[in-house]
This record gives sequence, C-alpha cells and structure tokens, in this order.
Amino acid sequence: MQHVVIIGNGISGITAARHIRKQSDCKITVISGETDHFFSRTALMYVYMGQMKFEHTKPYEDWFWEKNRIELKRAWVKTIDFEEKKLYFRLPNNIDKEAKIGGSISYDKLILALGSTPNKFGWKGQNLAGVQGLYSYQDLKSLEETTPRIKKAVIVGGGLIGVELAEMLHSRGIEVTFLVRENSFWNTVIPPEESTLISRHIKENHINIKFSSELDEIIGDENGQVKAIKTKNGDEIECQFVGLTVGVNPNISLLKVPQGNMIGREKPAFVLGVGGIKLNLGILVNEYLETNIPDVYAIGDCVEHENPQKGRKKLEQIWYTGRIMGETIARTITGKRTKYQPGVFFNSAKFFDIEYQTFGQVPAELPEDTKTFYWEHSSGRICVRINYTAENQAVTGMNTFGIRMRHEVWDEWISSAKRIEYVLENLSKANFDPEFFKQHEAEILKKYNTETGSSLTLKSKKGIFSKIF
Amino acid sequence: MLQKLGLIIFIAAFGLFIGTLGMNNYTLTDEILEKNFKEEALFDAKIELASMVDQSYSNSYTFTNELSEGIKQLNKVYNAQQAWDKKIYEDTILSIVKSSANGYLVDNKGFMFFLTFGMAIFGALLFILPEAQKPAGIKNNGIYFNPAMTRKWLGICIGTFFISFYIALYFKPQYIANWTMLIDPVSKLINGGEASRWFMYGFLYTISVLVMGIRYIIKYRHSKYQIIRTLSIMFFQTCIAFILPEIMSNLNLPSADLKNMWPLDYSFFFNYRLDKLLTSGAFGIFLLVWGIALFVVGVPVMVYFFGKRWYCSWVCGCGGLAETLGDPFRQLSDKSLKAWKIERYLIHGVLAFAIIMTIGVLYTYFTGSYTLLGFIPTESLKSSYGFLIGSIFSGVVGTGFYPLMGNRVWCRFGCPLAAYLGIIQRFKSKFRITTNGGQCISCGNCSTHCEMGIDVRAYAQKGQDIVRSSCVGCGVCSAVCPRGVLNLENAETDSRIMIAPDVLLGNLMEK
Ligand SMILES: Cc1cc2nc3c(=O)[nH]c(=O)nc-3n(C[C@H](O)[C@H](O)[C@H](O)COP(=O)(O)OP(=O)(O)OC[C@H]3O[C@@H](n4cnc5c(N)ncnc54)[C@H](O)[C@@H]3O)c2cc1C
Ligand code: SF4
Ligand code: SF4
Repeated sequence: MQHVVIIGNGISGITAARHIRKQSDCKITVISGETDHFFSRTALMYVYMGQMKFEHTKPYEDWFWEKNRIELKRAWVKTIDFEEKKLYFRLPNNIDKEAKIGGSISYDKLILALGSTPNKFGWKGQNLAGVQGLYSYQDLKSLEETTPRIKKAVIVGGGLIGVELAEMLHSRGIEVTFLVRENSFWNTVIPPEESTLISRHIKENHINIKFSSELDEIIGDENGQVKAIKTKNGDEIECQFVGLTVGVNPNISLLKVPQGNMIGREKPAFVLGVGGIKLNLGILVNEYLETNIPDVYAIGDCVEHENPQKGRKKLEQIWYTGRIMGETIARTITGKRTKYQPGVFFNSAKFFDIEYQTFGQVPAELPEDTKTFYWEHSSGRICVRINYTAENQAVTGMNTFGIRMRHEVWDEWISSAKRIEYVLENLSKANFDPEFFKQHEAEILKKYNTETGSSLTLKSKKGIFSKIF
Repeated sequence: MLQKLGLIIFIAAFGLFIGTLGMNNYTLTDEILEKNFKEEALFDAKIELASMVDQSYSNSYTFTNELSEGIKQLNKVYNAQQAWDKKIYEDTILSIVKSSANGYLVDNKGFMFFLTFGMAIFGALLFILPEAQKPAGIKNNGIYFNPAMTRKWLGICIGTFFISFYIALYFKPQYIANWTMLIDPVSKLINGGEASRWFMYGFLYTISVLVMGIRYIIKYRHSKYQIIRTLSIMFFQTCIAFILPEIMSNLNLPSADLKNMWPLDYSFFFNYRLDKLLTSGAFGIFLLVWGIALFVVGVPVMVYFFGKRWYCSWVCGCGGLAETLGDPFRQLSDKSLKAWKIERYLIHGVLAFAIIMTIGVLYTYFTGSYTLLGFIPTESLKSSYGFLIGSIFSGVVGTGFYPLMGNRVWCRFGCPLAAYLGIIQRFKSKFRITTNGGQCISCGNCSTHCEMGIDVRAYAQKGQDIVRSSCVGCGVCSAVCPRGVLNLENAETDSRIMIAPDVLLGNLMEK
C-alpha cells in the first residue's frame, strides 16, 4: 500500500489528507511539530481575546483522524532524504518538548505543506525577550505569557496580522502604537479610499497608528528584555512588547541546509544545489504542484509557483489558496494528474468591526486599461468599489467593506465578464447581509448614474434567496 | 466607573433580595388556620400545630420548617387513610406562611420592593447601558476569562442559585414566601390581589427578559435582525405571556398565554382545563380552537415558510429567557457529535412521552377509564410527566443549568414542541442557513457561539447548508462570523444544499 506522508498539518496539508482519503485507501501520515491536531491559524486572535478556547479552533473533533485512518505524528522533521525517500526527526530539545521523537519514516509520496514564518529583517534587538511575531501556536503561548505584565506595546508592520495583533492587545487594555511604513494603512494592497476608511476605523478604536514610520532598532534593558524602540525618524517609543508583523515568508529553512542522513550511508546525501530540491523564495513548483524531485509535491504557504496563471502572483500565502492546492494535489496523488487552477481570486478579512471581502483583481493602483467606480456610505464605515475594463466595461474585481456579498454571484459575474451596468442593476442579487439590514444598492446606483449620466434602475430588491415567499 | 458602580448596586440589591427571605417575624394564629384549612382538616391541623399557635418566631426558617413538618405529619395520616381530599398542598402552606408573617417587610412592601427590584434593575442598567458608547460590533472579548461564563466558581454559584430557586418554586414555595410578598404591590396594581408564587415567577421572568433583552440589544446593536428579534421576544413575554392573562382573569375570563401551545403547554388537554374552557362560553371555545389551531395549522405553515425560528427565537417564553438572560452562557453548549446523538434520543423521547401522556389523558377524559389499552395508567403518566418533564427538566435543569450546559438545555434536549417544530424544519421548510461560497476560514466562532450546540463550522467549511432540526434561527452564528459566511435565508425547499460539493467554490480544476 502506497504511503503518503504530508509534512504540515495546516489547512493545505489537512485538506490534501482528507481528499486523498476520500479518493483512495492508501496509508496517510501527517506530521507536524506545532500541534497534535489541525487548528485554525486564523482563529488564534480569538483565543487570545477570550472569545473562544484553543480547542474551539480545531475544525474536527479528535476522533476524526483515527476514524478516517489519517495517522498524525507530532514531531519536527529535521532532514529529508529524497533519494531513500525517508524523513528523519529532530531530537526533542528544550524549546519543543512536546514534539515527540520518532526516528525516521519512509514515504512513497511526500507532500510538503510547511507553511510560512514571520519575517524578521535583521533589526538590532529583534531577538530580545518580548519581541515576537504572530503565526504559530507557540507564538500564541508566548504572547499569553508575556503580555499580562505589560502596559505598552509597539506593533511593526501594517498588514492584516498587524491589525489583528493590535486588536488583540487592545482588547486586553494594552496601549498599542502601530508603526506603518506607508502613509496610509495597507495602501500597497488596497486603493487609497479604502485605505483611508480603514485607517480612520483603526484610529477610532484608540490605536495610536503612526504612518510613514519604520523601525530602526529595538532597545533592551540589562535583562535582555525590550524596553523601547527607535524609529527611523529618530523617535523613541517606550514599550515592553514589540510585535513584528512585517509579512511572512515561506518556511523552507529546513530545506536550505544539506538534506539527508549522513550516518550509516554509503552514498553522500543530497546537498542543496546538487540534485536537491529547487528553492527560490519558496519551494518552486510547476502547474501540477510538483517539485523538481519525483514524488515530492508542495502546497500552501511554502510554495512559489514557477509559472503562475495570468493575473496571479507567484506567492499567494492565504488560507483559501492553501485549501485549493490541497484539493488539487489529492487528485494527483490518487492517480489523476491535475493542474492547479484557482478560479476568480477572492479573499476576506475583518478590521476591528469592519468586514472586508474582495473578489477578482482590485490592485492598489488602477491599471491603465481599467476604470473604477467607488461608493462610500456617509457613515464612513461602508463602501463598495467595482473595477471594470475601459474597453468593454466588463467587471474585473470588487472590494466591499461593511456589506456582505455573495461569493457565488460575484464569481459568476467576474468570470463571465458581466458589464458594470448589468452588475449595478442586479447588485441586490449579491447582497448577503442578514435580513432587515439596510440595503444600499439604490444609493450606489444613484451615484453611478450621477457620475456617468446614465439612468440605470434596480432590477431586483433583495438577494435571490431571500424572497420570503 | 459607572459600570462598576452599577455592578455594586446590583450585587447589594441582590444580596438584600436574598436577605429578605429571613426578614419577618411569624405568628401562627387560629384565624389563620381557619382561613386556610378546609373544614375536614381544620380539626386535625389545630391539634397537630397546637404547639406553634400564638408563638412568635423570629427565624423564618425555623417557623417554615416546623410548619412544613407538621403538615407532612398530617399528610402522612391522610395518605394512610386514603383521604385524598384532605391532603394539604404547597400553596396552602405558602399562604399560611404569608399570613403569619409580620414585621418590617410586611409593613414596608413597597419600599422593600424598591430597594430590591428597583435598585437591582437600576444597577443592572447602569452596568449595561454604558456599553452603548463602545463601537457597535461583535464584542465577545474576555468571555472565556469570566468566571461566570466558563463554569468556574461564579458560574457554579449562579447555577446553584437558579436550581435552588426552581426547586423552591415548584416544590417548597413556603421557603420563598417573602419574595411573593415583595411583589404584592405589583400584583395589587395589576390584578388587585396578592401575588401568587406564579405571579412572582412571571414577574421575575419578565423583568429578566426585559433587562437582559436591553443588554442583548446593545450587544448586538449592529444587527437589525437581532434588534427586531429581541424586541419581539420582549413584547411577547411582557404583553402576551405576563399581562394579557392577568387582564383576562380580571375580566373573569379563563386566562391563557395565547402564544403557548401544546405540547410545550403539556396540561392543555388536562380535564380541569378542558372543563374550564368548555364551560366558559364563546371565549372558552375560542381559546380551545385557538390552542388547537396553533399546533395543528400554525406550526406547519409557519415553519414551512420561516423555519422554527418564528417560534423558538421570536415568540416563545422559554426561548425568550434563553436568548436574553441566557445569552452570556450560550458558548457552553456541547458541540460534540456525541451530544448531538444524546439530543436526538432525548428530545424525541420527550415528544413521544408527551403524545402518549396526552392521548392517555384524553382517553380518560372521554371514556372515564383510567387505563389506556388496558395497561397504561393515565393518571400516573400524567403526574410523572408533570414532575419529570414539566418541573424538573424544563425548570430545574432547563434554566438551572444555564451556567453549566448553556442557555438552551431545555430547548435542545427536552422541549417536545421544539422536537415537533424541528421535524418540520428538517424535512419540509424553506429555511436554511446558507454558506457563502468558499469563504469560510474554519475559525470556529459560529460553532462556539451556537447555543444549540450545532457544529456550524462543520457545514460551513465544506459548503453545505445548515439544515438542522435543532436550529432556532437566533442568527448569532451569522452575526459572529468574521468573514460573512453565514446567512439565515428562506427559499424553495429543494434548493437547500444538503450534500456538500466535492470541492468548494474557487477551484476550477478539471473534474
Ligand atoms: C494570525 C493569522 C491570521 C490569518 N488570517 C487569515 C485570513 O483571515 N485569511 C486568509 O486567507 N489567511 C489568513 N492567514 C494566513 C493563513 O493562515 C495561512 O495562509 C495558512 O494557514 C497556510 O496554511 P498552510 O497549510 O500552508 O501552512 P501552515 O498552516 O503554516 O501549516 C504548516 C505546518 O507545518 C509545520 N511544519 C513546518 N515545518 C515543519 C517541520 N520541519 N517538521 C514538522 N512540521 C513542520 C508547521 O509547524 C505548521 O504546523 C492568517 C495567518 C495568521 C498567522
Ligand atoms: S445554527 Fe446559528 S441560527 Fe441556528 S441556533 Fe445555532 S447560532 Fe442560532
Ligand atoms: S465563523 Fe464563519 S469563517 Fe468562522 S468557521 Fe464559522 S462560518 Fe467559517
């Protein structure tokens, strides 16, 4: 029986395991050093904020794995011998006592789903006590340990995890200063209007957000504990905690050292660059998620696509792409070699109280051949942006803040290149807000009519499902 | 600051409320005995309780205890003699205790009402209202650090209080006689008489729903669905369940909670109630027809269009208390598959029990025979249902276990009406909770905060609609989802996605 080994029990690795099990009877082992069971990384913040307990972040009950014959192994892989198709585990040490030692294990097919690690850019003092990123279960634990004793924190880096960390610390009454390199929040990803809206909302929540400021160094006290930071503008900010949230990068350090077990072998093991696995920023894979080594695949955050689809990035480190890769690789492993083909891009987040969804492509800077329509509610907390081609008015992407939209409907509109006018007239079909919520479609349409001199009218009132009778 | 003050006032008023239980002096007199005992039993009572008469007691517990003991002796004798009509019930004891009381509380009911209820409500509002200044949105921060909401010491204390309260209310009301006294001023205002224990309970219940309803509305004020739903609950509890029946009885009509229905209202077909309706003219007949139409026509039609939520989280009193007073405990419901299995056996078992019991009762009513099918004793069926389900399950466990097993223990495991509504919701209804394409991030907020213990995430993360007989449509899963994945919707019954797709939306790989 073929033995499929998956390193990494995150969304990508687990999705792969589940789908392989659905389609085949082979032996499946999932290895992770982080936790015994799959948990939702995206929910770490809610545990810290006391909205749930860690056990609630586990999407499957603990009996699920045995019932589905997915073997779990809690261990850190130290080295992989691609030639002998064998993994070796790291000896337990003080840092990860929980990871059990298991010698080695052989595989027929190997899926690398290693995830990513928070970036650290070599700042002075970045290894002081009280300085950390937020990615893993261990990060959560150390956050839980450090922060009850502190009053002031600085967060470096204005991305999604940065705001989450700000919200987390703020919920525990810690004064947060948020250093953002750009002059408005996340404006390398979202257009200026949205960025302004969110920046305003972050301030509204009493986060001291400092734009155009970059970290210069972190200053420690005599005990090696952080006591302040210095920005490049020369400001010094007192703090007992520094959160580094300046993005993540593929977690491939394991593969960057020569691979293979040297002991008891006649032939030398693979050495990086000499028949080793091809790496760049991440593990390089082709359209089939295959690495350069036969029977070795990579999925999820740790992947770098050599030839991404048109309009897609080489690195897309989000939950949804990890899941789609997991679904896809399962096909290949179980005998039907299948290309990774994500559909219309989508993503979502929540900034304090404002939910955000995006479908298709809405770059921060408007491309030449694209037009845009933007509507914002007078409250300044709700907005919608729709991008469309100048040439034939086909919608290419949308952002929504504060209104829930139906994924299915937008997926269909974008993939079938519906015209902006059609979309606006039928916008209520995409409305996914709960019953009785105020609907804004009429107002949105009115703005478009005024701006373009058209006279469009709403074609339907509420979403396709919500007609009461 | 204000909130702390509110909390202190509330705790002080609550402490005083408990304190009132021991506040009075008691003197039992012959007049009191004469007023409360039936002719046949009076003589025995005078002998049995002779040592108590005209004695002044300063300790309410000693008094009540001695009195209860004496009456227990009497009842023992009557039991032995099979003299059922002489037996003395809780309400008589309660009434004796009330009449024997004298002292500060008796003389200052209004003021004491103000100091306990008035101040408790004031303190609670002072604690609750300032929340409205914070930005609107889901604020569940810190609930898992709160000892009241996590089965820690405070939760256990609250649970113990609820459980003791229900046991006293149902079985030993004489021990909480002073609480009914506190409510007398309100009772006088509404129906001119003294408060019975059920009036006291109804009042407490309504106040809880109202005050905690305000809390709920503030907490979920970003959601219009939640606001309207909660206003509906508050309306039905206050006007339909609490005030309207009082008005009816003031008008000398048979009183009824018009929104309550069989089989939740399990005594609807009991002989004394049928007799009363049948002998009260047109209005009685109307109530009878209304009561039957509600569950025969109302339930199937309304559940078909809206799901069981129209009742369970918009109208029902038990649901109303769960949604308001119980909201802080919603996360404590067990989400495991095992709990779901137990739930199905239990709730359908209770439904079957209720049906058989009612058939038995009606059989007896129409035929006069006390054994159904020759071997089922209808009377004991009736009394055991009343005791086990009506009192213990729905009251003591149903509410008492809020802080231990979540706020819908009764609705989830016990309510026969919920079982009936649920069967229709599961098999023939337009209602479902839709999941939004491939947007779920498996974070678990929905499952954690589902009061019915539904593992909502299990459906959402595989793109299957949530069609569950137990879902009461409270809408909280949808409210707490940080990615806008869930929505309560009504559409064609066959458009419900009952089987998860192979892969979620967003993956275009070849089939
Ligand atoms: C706080 C936070 C919030 C987020 N929110 C969102 C969001 O809202 N939406 C969204 O789309 N994305 C979000 N993301 C990103 C998303 O969580 C990731 O894209 C996704 O979890 C990646 O999944 P994965 O399976 O590729 O990797 P991971 O989940 O990182 O899993 C990899 C696993 O492999 C283990 N591993 C690695 N190396 C070894 C080794 N040598 N031996 C043993 N085990 C090893 C790791 O310990 C880890 O457990 C968030 C991320 C974070 C940190
Ligand atoms: S599934 Fe949602 S709507 Fe239904 S009971 Fe649970 S939380 Fe309420
Ligand atoms: S709360 Fe929303 S995103 Fe989180 S698991 Fe539930 S449906 Fe998914």
